[in-house]
Amino acid sequence: MNAQLASHYSSDYPEYAANLSGQSVAWLKTLRSEALATFSSTGFPTLREEEWRYTNVSAIEKKRFKPVEKTGTINENLLKTYRLDDAWTMVFVDGYFSPEHSHTSGLSDEVELSSIADILETQAEKLKPYLGQAVSNDEHNFVAFNTAWFNDGVFLNIPAKQVLSKPIQLLHIVSQPDALVTTRNIIVAGKHSESEIIETFIGENAYLNAAVNEVFVEENAALTLYKLQSESTKSYHFGGTYVKQQPNSRFNHNSFSFGALLARNDVHTDLETASECSLNGLYLGVKRQHIDNHTRINHNKPHGISREFYKGILDNRARGVFQGRVVVVEDAQKTDSEMNNRNLLLSNDAEVDTKPQLEIYADDVKCAHGVTVGQLEEKSIFYLQSRGVDEETARNVLTFAFANEMVDKVSIDSLKTLLETELLKSLPIEL
Amino acid sequence: MLSIKDLTVNVGDKQILKGLNLEVKAGEVHAIMGPNGAGKSTLSHVLSGKAGYTITGGSVTYEGQELTELDPEMRAREGVFLAFQYPVEIPGVSNIYLLKAALNAIRKHRGADEIDAMDFLVWVKDKVRLLDMDEKFLYRAVNEGFSGGEKKRNEILQMAVMEPKLCILDETDSGLDIDALKIVAHGVNSLRSENRAFVMITHYQRLLDYIKPDFVHVLADGKIVKSGGAELALELEEKGYSWLEKQEVA
Repeated sequence: MNAQLASHYSSDYPEYAANLSGQSVAWLKTLRSEALATFSSTGFPTLREEEWRYTNVSAIEKKRFKPVEKTGTINENLLKTYRLDDAWTMVFVDGYFSPEHSHTSGLSDEVELSSIADILETQAEKLKPYLGQAVSNDEHNFVAFNTAWFNDGVFLNIPAKQVLSKPIQLLHIVSQPDALVTTRNIIVAGKHSESEIIETFIGENAYLNAAVNEVFVEENAALTLYKLQSESTKSYHFGGTYVKQQPNSRFNHNSFSFGALLARNDVHTDLETASECSLNGLYLGVKRQHIDNHTRINHNKPHGISREFYKGILDNRARGVFQGRVVVVEDAQKTDSEMNNRNLLLSNDAEVDTKPQLEIYADDVKCAHGVTVGQLEEKSIFYLQSRGVDEETARNVLTFAFANEMVDKVSIDSLKTLLETELLKSLPIEL
Repeated sequence: MLSIKDLTVNVGDKQILKGLNLEVKAGEVHAIMGPNGAGKSTLSHVLSGKAGYTITGGSVTYEGQELTELDPEMRAREGVFLAFQYPVEIPGVSNIYLLKAALNAIRKHRGADEIDAMDFLVWVKDKVRLLDMDEKFLYRAVNEGFSGGEKKRNEILQMAVMEPKLCILDETDSGLDIDALKIVAHGVNSLRSENRAFVMITHYQRLLDYIKPDFVHVLADGKIVKSGGAELALELEEKGYSWLEKQEVA
């Protein structure tokens, strides 16, 4: 191994780079080589970094995940379970766009929805205004890693005033063992547009998913992004969503993380004048799962509104992390911000680290935050028992109810049903 | 139906019930009255199986079996119902879910099939009308944001759905205005039958104006110190509990 490189992934890179999409695009090659240099200097984030202090990803370095060739063999039943009937679907298999599993017929021609690998072949210039603009390689090295390694993803451009009649599902399924899967999505919600997108991550075997979304919400646009992550308990997941919100825009993010072996979810948004964001999340960890949620809301201009509500349930030896950071700059007067994180620990060995961080430099703002970590209330369990419900069911019912508050916020019926089913897998009760 | 003999109960090191005796037969309505701290709530909690009480002596026989050896859910399935003094709010669990889960738990225990969803709805709406409640209550979270009166009515609704044999009402009248009290009393009275018994625990005689008891017992310092008919409640109302305490000393 080259002694100057902090990661063996960097040593393997030259061999891999020849097959990367967009090799003929000069500006992209520059972007990638800068990213590679950033990544190679220190490798994956370590516990010494404040924003990674609760999440140890060193196993990824030891594992040597490798990019895989395109493959045709996937678990069709698994795909069927998670593919939503009432959405347009773009399916990615082991990180490659799979047209035969996707269906987008009926989507307006004015909406651009393509594989990024395809776009890079012929119309790479379309990506130039966006790629690397919502997040820089300095954010942390998973982003730099993704920029250097990504091979596919979607480019979704919703033109001004378009209101999508159905949601778009971006479904990522991984099947090959030891696969390194890196996708990059660019999502542009044009002025006055309204749309809903559902990211779904599923898979089998041990693999690494390192996905980055760059999202641009133009003036007066409304975009809701759902993320359902329910992966193999041997896999590693990093998913970062970085959002630039223009004035008067609305961005809603609803994250449902049922985990991998180790999952890290980042959501960062930059708010312009009078824009609003709502970040909701549910994380449910069992056995030895580790689920880390990291959010940042930057109020850069006045009159912004942010609402954040994350709930966590940790059982067995699972560990959860919530780090919520809100920054209100001096110019962002009249900011209205609320953050709430509630956690339920179902076992003595489960753990949660929760860290709300408010940094307020403006003087005329309304900012509130609250955090709770607790257990099921004995008096509630007894009340249900006194109505004939056995203790185990009572605990499951109460836990389901705690989680279901987040599922209730989902406005897409098929997704809501899917999420309920997902919850019932961990909490068997009869509805 | 229920036979309590020389029951002694501790909370921690402190003895709360000090040799309580009570016989309740099917079809009877008993009122247990007494001053604060006499052990009224302890009695209702011990009968329903709440944790935190140590039974140090005596027995509680219900339908031929030792009640205190059963888990709370088994007591409920066997037909013992407690209407809570302070009903618990359960966010995220709808009333209708709880009612259906409760009913099906009992049916399963008896070896009956689960109730058909439509049949259940018709039946439960009938009970809702009995309690003069809005059907919307069925779809609200259990007791969440309910007024004091609504919570107590909800308890009686659960009782009506579960059709228990032994109903224990713990201070059901507390926090009720006169209209709510009449509604609750009407609900209880309509459930009276020769197969069902009631034990009403109350501080005041007020509830007994609307639900006429067959027997009134005075619980003081962990024991039944006086028993009588409905007229005993009126006498207590007039003379106060201190009358009995003085009598006891004398």
